Amino acid sequence: MSETILFYLFSVVAILASALVIGQRNPMYSIMLLIASFGALAALYIQLDAPFVAMAQIIVYAGAIMVLFLFVVMLLNAPQEDAAVWDRTHPLRRPGVARFGALLAGLLIVQLVWALVRVNDASTAVNARGDVAAISSVRTVGRVLFTDYMFAFEATSILILVAMVGAVVLAARETAS
Amino acid sequence: MDQATLRFAIQLGIIGLTFFMLINASALLVLAERKVMGFMQQRYGPYLVGPWGLLQPLADIVKLLFKEELRPKDADKWLFTLAPIISVTAAFAAFAAVPWGAETTLFGLLDTPVKLGVADVNVAVLVVFAITSMGVYGIVLAGWSSNSKYSLLGGLRSSAQMISYELAYATALASVIMLAGSLSLREVVDAQNGSWFGFIPKWYVFLQPVGFLIYVIAGVAETNRAPFDFPEAEQELVAGYNTEYSSVRFALFPQAEYINMTTMAAVATDLYLGGWHGIAILDRYGFGWVFFLAKVGFILFTYIWVRWTVPRYRYDQLMQFGWKWLFPAAVLNLIATAAAILYFNV
Amino acid sequence: MIPLGHYLVVSAILFAIGTAGVFLRRNLITILLSIEIMLNAVNLTFVAFGRAQGNVDGQIITFFVMTVAAAEAAVGLAIVIALFRHRESLNPDAFTSLKW
Repeated sequence: MSETILFYLFSVVAILASALVIGQRNPMYSIMLLIASFGALAALYIQLDAPFVAMAQIIVYAGAIMVLFLFVVMLLNAPQEDAAVWDRTHPLRRPGVARFGALLAGLLIVQLVWALVRVNDASTAVNARGDVAAISSVRTVGRVLFTDYMFAFEATSILILVAMVGAVVLAARETAS
Repeated sequence: MDQATLRFAIQLGIIGLTFFMLINASALLVLAERKVMGFMQQRYGPYLVGPWGLLQPLADIVKLLFKEELRPKDADKWLFTLAPIISVTAAFAAFAAVPWGAETTLFGLLDTPVKLGVADVNVAVLVVFAITSMGVYGIVLAGWSSNSKYSLLGGLRSSAQMISYELAYATALASVIMLAGSLSLREVVDAQNGSWFGFIPKWYVFLQPVGFLIYVIAGVAETNRAPFDFPEAEQELVAGYNTEYSSVRFALFPQAEYINMTTMAAVATDLYLGGWHGIAILDRYGFGWVFFLAKVGFILFTYIWVRWTVPRYRYDQLMQFGWKWLFPAAVLNLIATAAAILYFNV
Repeated sequence: MIPLGHYLVVSAILFAIGTAGVFLRRNLITILLSIEIMLNAVNLTFVAFGRAQGNVDGQIITFFVMTVAAAEAAVGLAIVIALFRHRESLNPDAFTSLKW
C-alpha cells in the first residue's frame, strides 16, 4: 500500500518536473527542475530493487552532468529567450507546420500506446520474479559487468577518453598564432 | 505497548537524537574552533558567555537571527533562497546513512536489537558520496544568484575545487571497500572488529595509511576548510560565495560546512578508525558509541588544528595538487591494495 | 505490488516530454536537457524490464547508457560553447547557413 503511494508520488514528481523543464525560459531553472526529476527517478530505481543504479544516477547525472550544464550556462551568461520574438517567429505558429506537427505527435502517441499494449507481462507485478537479495547486491552487478559485458565496459572506457579529448579540443579558445 | 510500536517509537527517537547530535555538533564546533584557535594563539577563546564560553554559540545564533534579511535587488529571487537550503539539506541528509553505534537492545527493553544510526543501507558509502556531491549546488547557486562578481568567482572556484577532490575521495573509498568486501558502512565497521597480537586493533588505518591520509586531505578540500579555503578566504574574495548573504540565510552556510565536517569525520572513523570498535569492554555492554564520538572528536580537532597551523594554498596550487598529486596517489593506492589482496589474501 | 505496465507508462510519458522539448524549444541548452530526459526514460524502461525478468542485465545496460549520456553531454556542451563564441546566440535558428 505504501509502496503504491510512493510510486505515484515519485512518478508524479518526475513527470511534473520534466514537463516544467521544457517550459522554462531561464535555463538555470530548467536545470534545477531536471535535478529534481532525476532525484525522483532515483527513488523509482530504489523501488525497483536497484540501489546501485539509483546512487549512480545521483552521482553521475545529478551530481556531475548537471553541474557541467550549470557551469556552461553560467559561463556563457546566455540571454534568455525573448518571449515576444519567440511567439512571433516560432515555426509552429504557421498553420501548415502546426498541423503536420500535430499529426506526427498523434503518430508518436499511437506508436507508444501500441508498444505498451503488446508487452506480455504488463499486468504482472514487476518484482514477481527473481531473488531480491541477489538483484540488489552490488556484488552481482559487478560480477556480471566484468564477465558477460566486459567488451562493452572496455569500449565505454575508450569512449570516455575520446569524449574528454573531444570536449577539450572543441571548447578550446583559438590562440592567436 | 507492544514490541512493534515500541520499536517504531525508539527508531523515531534515534532519528531525533541523531538530528539533535548534529545540530549540537555544529554549535559546539563554532565554539571549539574559537577556543582551540585561541589556545593555539596563546590566549583564551570566548569565555564570558556561560561557563567556559559554552553559551557562546547561542549568543551567535541570536545575534544572527536578529539581523536584517537582505537580498540584492538583481539577485535571482528563487535561487538566492534555494542555495542555502540545498547546502544544509545535503549536509544533514548525508549523515542519514552513517551508522554511529552497534546494535543494542536497550538493556533488554526490546526483543530484537535496534541499530544505532538513522538508516542501514547496503550501499551506504555511495549514498554519503552522492549526497555530499549534491552540496556543490548550494555553493554554485549561491555564487551565481548573488549577482556580484566576488560571489560568482568564489562560487565557481569553490565548486570546481569540490568536484576535483571528489575523484581522490572516491578512489580512496574504493580501496577500503575492496578490503572490506561491502559497500555497507556497518559491514565495513564490523570487518574492523578484533585485534592482531591482542593489542593492535584491526583498523584499516594500519592497513591503508596512505589511503587514510588521502581521504582526510580530500575531505578537508571537499568541505572547503583550510588550507583549501581559498574560495572563502576573507583576505582574498571578501567572503566568497556568501558575500551577499545575511541573517538566517547566512547562518545556514557555516552550519552546512560544520555538518559536512562532522559527516566527513564520522565516515572517516567508520572506514578507517574502526567505527565504534576498539575497546572490548565498551563493546560488550553496548557503549561503543562513546568511543565513536571520541574518535570523531579527535578528527574534528585535527581539522581545526590544521586550519590554524598551515597557510592556505593559492587556487591554482590547490587544483594542481588535487589533480596531479592526490588523484594519482589515490589510484596507485588502489592498485597496490588490489595487488596485496590478490597475492597476500589480506 | 506495482505492475510492470505502470513503469512503462511513466517512461513513455517522460520520453514524449523529452521529444516535445527537443522539437519545440529554441534554446540549445534546453534541447540538450530534453535529450537527457529521453535518455532517463530509456534507463527507467531498462531497469523495469530487467527487474521483471529477474536478472541484473537491465541495470548493467543502464550503466552504459549513463556513460554514453555523460560523454555526449560533454561533447555537446563543448560544441555549444564553440557555437556561442561565434554567433553570440543560443538559438538554433541562428545557425542555419552552411557558410560559416
